Amino acid sequence: MSVLTAVNAGKTFPGHSAGDPPVCALKGVSFSVADKEFCAIVGHSGCGKTTLLSMMAGFEQPSEGEILLDDRPVGKPGWERTMIFQDYALFPWQTVEDNISFGLEMKNIKTADRRRIVREYVALVGLGGFERRYPHQLSGGMRQRVSIARALAVDPQVLLMDEPFAALDAQNRSLMQKEMVRIWERARKTCILVTHSIEEAITLSDRILVMTRRPGTIKADIRVDLPRPRPEDSSDVIALRRRIRGLIEEELERPG
Amino acid sequence: MNDAVGAHEAGAGTRAPGKPARVLARLQRLRTFGLLAAVLCLWQYVSTQVLDASTATLLPPPSAVVRGAWELIETGDLFRHLRDSLKRELVAFSWAILAVPLGLAMGWWKAVNEQVDVLVEVLRPIPPLAWIPLSILWFGIGDTQNQFIIFLGMFFPILLNTIAGVKNIEPNLIHAAQCLGADQRRILWRVVLRAAMPSIITGIRVGLGVGWMALVAAELVGANSGLGFLINDARTVLRTDYVIVGMITIGIVGLLIDRCIRVVGRLTMPWSRVLSA
Repeated sequence: MSVLTAVNAGKTFPGHSAGDPPVCALKGVSFSVADKEFCAIVGHSGCGKTTLLSMMAGFEQPSEGEILLDDRPVGKPGWERTMIFQDYALFPWQTVEDNISFGLEMKNIKTADRRRIVREYVALVGLGGFERRYPHQLSGGMRQRVSIARALAVDPQVLLMDEPFAALDAQNRSLMQKEMVRIWERARKTCILVTHSIEEAITLSDRILVMTRRPGTIKADIRVDLPRPRPEDSSDVIALRRRIRGLIEEELERPG
Repeated sequence: MNDAVGAHEAGAGTRAPGKPARVLARLQRLRTFGLLAAVLCLWQYVSTQVLDASTATLLPPPSAVVRGAWELIETGDLFRHLRDSLKRELVAFSWAILAVPLGLAMGWWKAVNEQVDVLVEVLRPIPPLAWIPLSILWFGIGDTQNQFIIFLGMFFPILLNTIAGVKNIEPNLIHAAQCLGADQRRILWRVVLRAAMPSIITGIRVGLGVGWMALVAAELVGANSGLGFLINDARTVLRTDYVIVGMITIGIVGLLIDRCIRVVGRLTMPWSRVLSA
């Protein structure tokens, strides 16, 4: 079981310089993501969705409330909750296979097993033949594949994604979204996706949380009960997209 | 053997039409030495034809410098002085490399930086040469004093570049390592050190360069051997040809040291573009 729960979580940052008022980024955020559920968090920029993700990863601690993984507060960052970053965050001094192997080494997995697992995930993300390349020799899409393999190889309970495809061009982005669906269907994890792209959230998720403007709270919790793949032009997808866009635009128009 | 010949012939066959072009390319590469050659010719002409004999002693022609170089090589003097200088550079470097762990600590832990930074900021602007008088009193004339001055020249560039390397690490690289289960020790060793390495190598390049300059200065005043001593000693007996040979050797060796570091950097860090420029 890997249930991720936020209980009345909030985060307040101290002001930039002394004398500035503290900034309340998140307030009273409560939700629960079920085991193996793919949940997207959308909202317009500055709504605190990345802060929320950082707290789930353990990079930041909530100022109020708690974030729980299977009823235990998440503490420091660890391999149970791996993250996929927008800028890939691959180690440039390591080859593809060494990058994927990094977390396995940290888990003290034996060399032979490590090799087997790396092979498995290289195949899963479709990077066969590129094992010995360095990240700078790969395209953006391929780097993100490495990053996905690296995050999955340690067999985390929760996979966190921070705008994972935002740095890619349009064609690559939609390709990688389809790939992510394929990969997730084969390596099911509890997934949290932070994105500003409504289309991306609909393509990938079982559930979409819409956030309000700062201080961010959950505005709407929408279940996406559509079979995958979800063609962009199906009437259900269009209706859902319109609904979510309406919710986000409401926030933009609301006096801050 | 046969294979090699075959390959050569095949290669020659395809290359034949391009051969004049290659010769031309080689000539064009020689073109970059044009001005240098002209300056040497002018120097030769001025020294032998224009200057009178007593003034020409102060500016011996290139031909005399080559003769001087040959003499110094034949007697083994040049090699001996070069060896002593390189040894000092190396010993000083093996101490100055301690700037790397210190720089890592300063870049990583705020508390360390707070304390050490003030000290560094006060000491750093003092040129290594300003330490020469005090260091002669402390260590006397000879290896230790020389090595101390070179060490000071190397230490700060390596330290500052290491600190900068650590501070410029992408925060997400650290985050990624934390997520993947790396503890503090392994983050420092496996991520921070590697990520800062191009910057550290740059620091070492600068440091070895500054150290090499400081070395010559230190040897000018406080040594009984070495290239700095050689040129100063030659000055006292008016062997300007030896002085120039010493100067050229210092230049060439400095250049070679820098090239070596770059090659080592490129071989060990094929992923970094810092050293290819």
